[in-house]
This record gives sequence, structure tokens and C-alpha cells, in this order.
Amino acid sequence: MLEIRNLHAAVNGLEILKGIDLKVGPGEVHAIMGPNGSGKSTMAHVLAGKPTYSVTSGEALLDGENLLDMLPEFRARSGLFLSFQHPTEIPGVKLNQFLRAGLNALRKTRNEEEIDVLSFNKLLKSKVAMVGLDPDLAKRNVNEGFSGGERKRNEILQMAVLEPKLAVLDEPDSGLDIDAVRSVSEGINRLRTSSNSTILITHYQRILDYVVPDVVHVLVGGRIVKSGDKLLAMEIEANGYDKFE
Amino acid sequence: METLEEIRRAGNTELKAAAKETYKYGWVTDIESDSAPPGLNEEIIHWISAKKKEPEWLLEWRLKAFEYWKSLLEKEQLPEWANIHYPPIDYQKIIYYSAPKPKKQLESLDEVDPDLLATYEKLGIPLQEQKQLAGVAVDAIFDSVSVITTFKEELGKRGVIFCSFSEAVQNYPELIKQYLGSVVPYSDNFYAALNSAVFSDGSFCYVPKGVRCPYELTTYFRINAANTGQFERTLIIADESAYVSYLEGCSAPMRDENQLHAAIVELVTLDNAEIKYSTIQNWYPGDENGKGGIYNFVTKRGKCEGKNSKISWTQVETGAAITWKYPSVILQGDSSIGEFYSVALTKGYQQADTGSKMTHIGKNTRSTIISKTISAGHGQGTYRGLVKVMPKAENSWNFTQCDSLLIGDQCGAHTAPYVEVRNNSSHLEHEAFTSRVDEDQLFYCNQRGISTEDAHSLIINGFCKEVFKQLPFEFAVEATRLLEVNLEGSVG
Repeated sequence: MLEIRNLHAAVNGLEILKGIDLKVGPGEVHAIMGPNGSGKSTMAHVLAGKPTYSVTSGEALLDGENLLDMLPEFRARSGLFLSFQHPTEIPGVKLNQFLRAGLNALRKTRNEEEIDVLSFNKLLKSKVAMVGLDPDLAKRNVNEGFSGGERKRNEILQMAVLEPKLAVLDEPDSGLDIDAVRSVSEGINRLRTSSNSTILITHYQRILDYVVPDVVHVLVGGRIVKSGDKLLAMEIEANGYDKFE
Repeated sequence: METLEEIRRAGNTELKAAAKETYKYGWVTDIESDSAPPGLNEEIIHWISAKKKEPEWLLEWRLKAFEYWKSLLEKEQLPEWANIHYPPIDYQKIIYYSAPKPKKQLESLDEVDPDLLATYEKLGIPLQEQKQLAGVAVDAIFDSVSVITTFKEELGKRGVIFCSFSEAVQNYPELIKQYLGSVVPYSDNFYAALNSAVFSDGSFCYVPKGVRCPYELTTYFRINAANTGQFERTLIIADESAYVSYLEGCSAPMRDENQLHAAIVELVTLDNAEIKYSTIQNWYPGDENGKGGIYNFVTKRGKCEGKNSKISWTQVETGAAITWKYPSVILQGDSSIGEFYSVALTKGYQQADTGSKMTHIGKNTRSTIISKTISAGHGQGTYRGLVKVMPKAENSWNFTQCDSLLIGDQCGAHTAPYVEVRNNSSHLEHEAFTSRVDEDQLFYCNQRGISTEDAHSLIINGFCKEVFKQLPFEFAVEATRLLEVNLEGSVG
């Protein structure tokens, strides 16, 4: 599924990722944990192709294709989805309009017909119910006036509609109370299949009680310093990152 | 290693090459025309007036306007306060009247020159009634004259008059005499004086008491002949409790020389009447180096003469090399309402200085100004507005919002909002912001599979939504499409 080899990336000439190697197989959930500033979000953004970051070396193959050679929209069309930690607002653009444009771009790549407004709204309605969002949200402008919890759940909703091969979830739990973490987690779990994979970036072990990872990686100083099973996350929760730094 | 920026740039170059020819209306109709010699003097004005078989009073009015215009020109009192730049215009080189040669007097549409019908068909404005958009009546203006007005009979049954200005002068001289220049006097400004002297045709509409006009009325302006100026006048009167929705569209061939379009629109509403006036302006904007294009110097003003009456301007300005226009409302009747909704797009080397003037005279008058300026390429967009509240305009209210969106770093957006309040019971609000198409927004769209061009189009349409929703449905779709076409190749 995904294979990252020796990935180096910098922002404004400052190297942040210093050689990441990671393999994620189909159906697997990998958690990436690490202290602030360790490069977790950078890694997510570099995979998705945010222009602020420049890749200095390495590759990231999704089903054999190097994502790093593609424009961000082509990465998305190849099946990569990024759940943003701070999703941005788009004034005047309704969520259903935005998301239909995205889905149709994906369908076009797969040589499928565009989905019309009526069928799309029906699809959206079922997905909205699944992630437990207020149905009126789809008629509101993208993220405009959404609460923190709504924004996070909206990311999961978009993932549910776009059905990616690989989802990179950048701190889907940050700033949420325990009930909201549970509901976001339920959404993530419902979307898991044997063929898609998830990279879950988090500070806290808490969400891993709900979304149980197959592998946990510790990212410190732009490198993966340790990988293990769920017990590794518990150990970090108890002792912090000190011993890895 | 190829960076993302390089990949993006390579893609854009291809797109730009493909989209180089974005102005689809730039062709010329080959038709024999009857034109005045170039230049402007009293003789020409006599010639135009005679051509139109006008009454003596109208000729005199034109001559007075001409005298006034000449005096301004001699004293070099040209409007220079706008944020636009262009070389001086040689008014003696312009042809002030050009009309397609009629084969004979027209009795019905069947007799309209097929070349002209084909021209409008190609512009997407079919004039054959069976092909028309349901509920839309059209007055087609070609260079200096009206070619045909559709649905006249049906409108006539309800007492609605919709015809060319020349016809109105012949058939409804009292109405013309009463209202011509009553909102925009010939002495209003340089271009208004010029128009009053040489105007050749335009549309006239009168909606009688208590009638809601059942059709959307449309005037489509087409400049065809070279070196010709278009100087039309539109006059719309909504009598007590009447309602009419009116739309104008326009286009012109691509030429290397600049062409002048100096129009006047006057609107009058009596008690409880409403006029909704929408413009989709798509004049030829000039080429990518700023060569050629239309100078769109237009005076548009409405007068809410009666109480509780309402005038609403909506404009989508995407074309013209230079746009200079300020659709305004004089709120004379108590509790009258004035509105101005505008989207102005400048790209390439286009310049637009546009906005509105709301003059509150009556009590409890209300006005709203929503202006959206989008600048791309080397485009320069200026919002210029004046809210004037007179001493007796108690409890009057204005809300102004002028937003600018910049695409790229070569363009500019400027705002010049003026406020003049002589009454302390009035309430005025002003909001303004300038933004760039945000990198984060683009990336968010890209990450969902949406291309950068489509993302711009989504974001820009979102930015303009408050204005587009004021347009009649078919035209809102047209406006959205027009923005997309106009932005092709100027983003990324």
C-alpha cells in the first residue's frame, strides 16, 4: 500500500523530516506519536503535497506510484486523503457543493460518470447520519461558523464520502472532549476495511483506546525512533517522550 | 528533482496556451451600414436628429448638450478623479452614428436581415420568439440602432411599453419630454453631455400603474462597426405600484483600437413601484498586452420619486478595457429603498473604477451597497462610493460592504468610500476587507481532488455569491460561467 523511503523535507531551508522510512499494509492502522515540533504534521502535509514544504530527497510510493511527483490534486485522486488538524473556511462555498466537486474529480479519474446533485445529496445524507453530524451542516459554507468538534467530524464526513485508499488523520482528537473523541473514533472505525489503510497522528494515547492501531511509531526530531504495538503508546502515556529525545 | 512549483508551472503554461483566446464574442458581422462621417460638430447632430425624424425640441436639447460638452472640452474639464489611466481620446476621430442598412421598413421579425438574426443567434440571444427563453423580452441594439424588440404585442396587452428609444420619441413624446434628462441632466458630467448630444438609440420602458411586468425585459447591445462609438440611452419608468425586472447584456468585436461606449440609463419609480436593473457587461477587454478594448464610460442613475419605492442595481462587470460607472439612487420618496450589488473583475490590463452613490433625501430611506472587486493579472479595481444623507432624511439607513479579492501579486484593489451625513438620526455601517485567494483554501480544495483552476472558480464564486443571488436565475448561471471563462489562464 504505502511505502515511504528515506524521506527528507524542509521548510524555508530548515530540515524537518530527516529520513523517514515507513511501510503501511492494506487494512492496517498505524499511529504516529511524538512531542510538539517533532515533524508529525509536516509528514502529513508533505505526503499530501502542501507547497510550503520542499522535499529534498526520498520517495513515498502509494501502490507503486511515487506521490511526491504528483500535484496535490492528483495525489488525492490516487486515493490519498488528509484529515486536517485545522480545516480552513471557504466563505460562500457550501459544503455539499465543495464535496461534490471533490467526488466528481475523483470519479472522473476513475472514468466514472459525474454524480448529479440529487444523487449526491442522497449519498451525503447517509454519510452525515453515519458520522453523527447535523444534516443542516451540508448546506452551510465549508467550515464557516463550525465548532471545533464539527470541523473534526466534518473531516471524517469528507473521508466517508471520498472513500480513500489511504487516510492520513492529523490529530483528529485535538481539542475535543471525551465524547467527541469517541464519536470521531466511531466514524473512523466504521470506515475501516480490509483494503484501506490509516495513518493516525496523535499526541495522546486516549484516541487509541477507540481506534486500535496495529503499529505505533514514535517520531522524534524528524525520525522514527521506535516502533511497536499498542503497549508502546501506553508506555509513552505513562513516561512521556523524554527517554526518546 | 522537479519541485511542485515547477510541475504546477508547466501545467499552467499548457492551460494558458489553451485558454489564450477567452473572448468568444470577438467576431465581426459583415453587413452594409449607413454611417455618419467621423467627427463631431453641430452639423452631425442635425444629421442624426434628422435621420431620426425628431421633433424640434429634442434637437434643441441635443444642441444645448453639445454646447455644454464643447465648453467642458475647451476648458479641459474632463473627469479626472477616477483611478484610471488612458491616453486622451480624439473625439474627432470617432464615428457617432452607424446603423445596418435596412433593406426596407420592418413590419415583423420575418423581415429582419437574416445576417442580423444570425449575429444575435451566435451571441446566444435568439430573437425568434419560439426560440426565446420563456418570459424574456429582448430589445436588440446593433451599433447605433435598435434592430428589433420582441414580445411587444403581449406586453402591450398589459399596457407595458417596451420599445426602442427612437420609436418612443415618435409614439410617446410626452413621456420622453417629461422624463428625458430628469434623472441625469445633460450637464451632469462630461460623458453624460456627450451622450445627450449624440445618442442614437436605446431602450424605453413604461410600466403602468399597478402592473407587474410579466417578462424579464432585456436589452442586448452589440458594437459591430469599427471606429464607432456607441451612445445609447435607456429610460425606464415604473408608475405607481408597478414592477419590472430589466437586464442588459453587451459584447463587441476584438479590435486593436479602443472604442468608446458612453451610455446613460435613467430609472424613475413612483409610489410603491420597483425597478430591478441587472447588467452583465462583457465588452471586449483588449488583448493580453492591454491593446484595444472598449472604454465603458457610463452614467446610470435611478430616482425613487415616490414613497416606498425601490430601485435595485445589480452589475457583473467582466469586460471592457476601462470601466467608469457608478449606478446610483436618489432616494427622494419617504421610505424608499436603493440597492447596489456589484461584481467587477479586472484581469490582463483592465481597469475598473466603479461603485455607487446613494443620496438620501426622504425620511426613513434605506440603502445597501455590496461591492465585490476581483483583480487578477495586471488588473486594477477601484470601489468608489458616496453615501450622502440630507438634513431631512431622518432615520435613514445605509449598509456598505466593499470587499476585494486579489489573485497574484501584479494586480491592485483600491477603495474610496465617501460619507456625507447632515442628519444625526441616521445610521450608517461600513465593512471592507481585502484578501488574497488563500493558499490554505487552495490546498484544502486540491487535497479533495479539486484542480487549482476549479478551486479558484469555487472560491471566487463563493466570494461573489451575495451579488449573484440577486440576478434572475438564468443570468446568475450565465454570470458564473462568464467569470469562469474570464479567469481561465489568469490564475495559478
